[in-house]
Amino acid sequence: MTESRLARVLLRFASGGVLAFLYLPLIVIVLYAFNPSRIQAWPPQGFTLHWFQEALDNRNVMRAVINSLLAGTFATITALVLGTLTAIAVHRYSFFGRQTISFLFVLPIALPGVVTGIALQRSFITFEIDFGLLTIVIGHATFCVVIVFNNVIARLRRLPTSPEEASADLGGDVFTTFRRITAPRLGTALLSAALLSFALSFDEIIVTLFTAGPGTQTIPMFIFSSIQRPNELPVVNVVAFVLILASIVPVWLAQRISGAETAGARL
Amino acid sequence: MTAAATTSDPPRRPGLARRLAAWLFPRRRLQIGMLLATPLGWLAIVYLGSLALLLLSAFWAHDVRGVQPFVWSLDAFETLVGNPAYRAVALRTLVVAVAVTLTDAVLAFPIAYYMARVASPRVRNAMVIAVLVPLWAAYLVKVYAWRTILQGNGLLDAVLEPLGIGQPWQGLKEDANSWLVLSYLWLPYMILPLYAGLERIPSSLLEASSDLGGKARTTFRRVVLPLSFPALVAGSIFTFSLTLGDYITPDLVSDAKFIGNVIYDNSSLGSPPLAAAFSLVPITIMVVYLLVARRLGAFESL
Repeated sequence: MTESRLARVLLRFASGGVLAFLYLPLIVIVLYAFNPSRIQAWPPQGFTLHWFQEALDNRNVMRAVINSLLAGTFATITALVLGTLTAIAVHRYSFFGRQTISFLFVLPIALPGVVTGIALQRSFITFEIDFGLLTIVIGHATFCVVIVFNNVIARLRRLPTSPEEASADLGGDVFTTFRRITAPRLGTALLSAALLSFALSFDEIIVTLFTAGPGTQTIPMFIFSSIQRPNELPVVNVVAFVLILASIVPVWLAQRISGAETAGARL
Repeated sequence: MTAAATTSDPPRRPGLARRLAAWLFPRRRLQIGMLLATPLGWLAIVYLGSLALLLLSAFWAHDVRGVQPFVWSLDAFETLVGNPAYRAVALRTLVVAVAVTLTDAVLAFPIAYYMARVASPRVRNAMVIAVLVPLWAAYLVKVYAWRTILQGNGLLDAVLEPLGIGQPWQGLKEDANSWLVLSYLWLPYMILPLYAGLERIPSSLLEASSDLGGKARTTFRRVVLPLSFPALVAGSIFTFSLTLGDYITPDLVSDAKFIGNVIYDNSSLGSPPLAAAFSLVPITIMVVYLLVARRLGAFESL
């Protein structure tokens, strides 16, 4: 340890300050969710649970929740299949263009979301694909694939290949080896990748606004359209409150799966 | 999980799967082909195909009847170059992206360093979780929260008014809002890679530096900073790219438009070729940024 006493104290203060900054807006919204007033002025005017009932009775909210759950599920399944296949190919085989594939698989995440959004929208218009849940899923799957690929290839790089070789030596064919050796060893990597891509899909708005039709609304789209209408803000507060609580779930799950770093390390 | 595993069910029909496996065994190229066909088909056709089409559509004509696909024209580029308003938007977006990245680097360094090198394992674990929860909290919820804080009669007004500085503050009209909120949004994306990068530095190097007479400042400048630089660049890919591509935050917390706003506003109602042409700006910036980042070894720290 080379840090002086003073340096440690300063670092502790700075860290505390950053954490306070990170939580301030979340706390503000939690307080507003119980605010009886329709007007969003500081400070909140009291305590009520009335808006929770109103949110539950709101058909748009419920429809948006269902759409978001469906989009997240289908996008995650697509991403799991495609991302795992590519990761195995890139890791186990050497072939022409391997480096290019690695670079290609960074693009959907590294290029700004607005670019992905407008590019997909242009394709859907040109090929006359109807906007709806399908186009939302396609949009989400393009970046979820990257999440799965990154998680799986990171796991593959850490694992020795000797069990696969042993399996082959003992007469296991490609499929048996995958089913009995590779897949179980990828288990937790696949699980945390699925978690991450579902959460990203559930939260996505930048690409989704381009790829959703007028009839299909996801939860972020509901919030975005309601923010501009002051009358609906109390319901938005409640939805926001629930979403803040829900963000603890994936962190807790990831912690259970394989330690804290999985939840954020492989974005 | 994969097509290979689900299409064959070895216990029931061992003969077929096994014969297929045996036939595939010497054919490495076919194995690669089968593995890559679907995902690459997906990414190449859906994603790269769309990008290519977007590029083409920047050269399409556009008149009162709407977009004329495959009728070529340079109008969109002439409008973009000729109108100084678009240059101002592009410059503003770029300046905010740089400012957000620098702000996040400065804010992230102390907490990442504290987590990686000072905190006990228990505290460290708790802090990782404490950084992860706001990261996973919904994006729009966070933007919306800032909107309620920044708007007139919000929390910020309530704090500033007694201090007598409420007057120059213009609530949601303030240009700096985007910078503040975007710095907030992407801060965890900078903290986590930086924390991982700092944790990887062997303590012995820091000890060696101080044994050789290096003061804390020298050790930081000559050992810690260079060794954590790839992690810093990795984090900056997120902060920079996410800022470049955002149009929701500028829309909700300020009046100042970003590149993304011009793209979104023109994507279906305005002039789609103009939107396509303008999107070449963030694409070009990001591709250059990524190539430089790969040079600097940032991809290993992602």
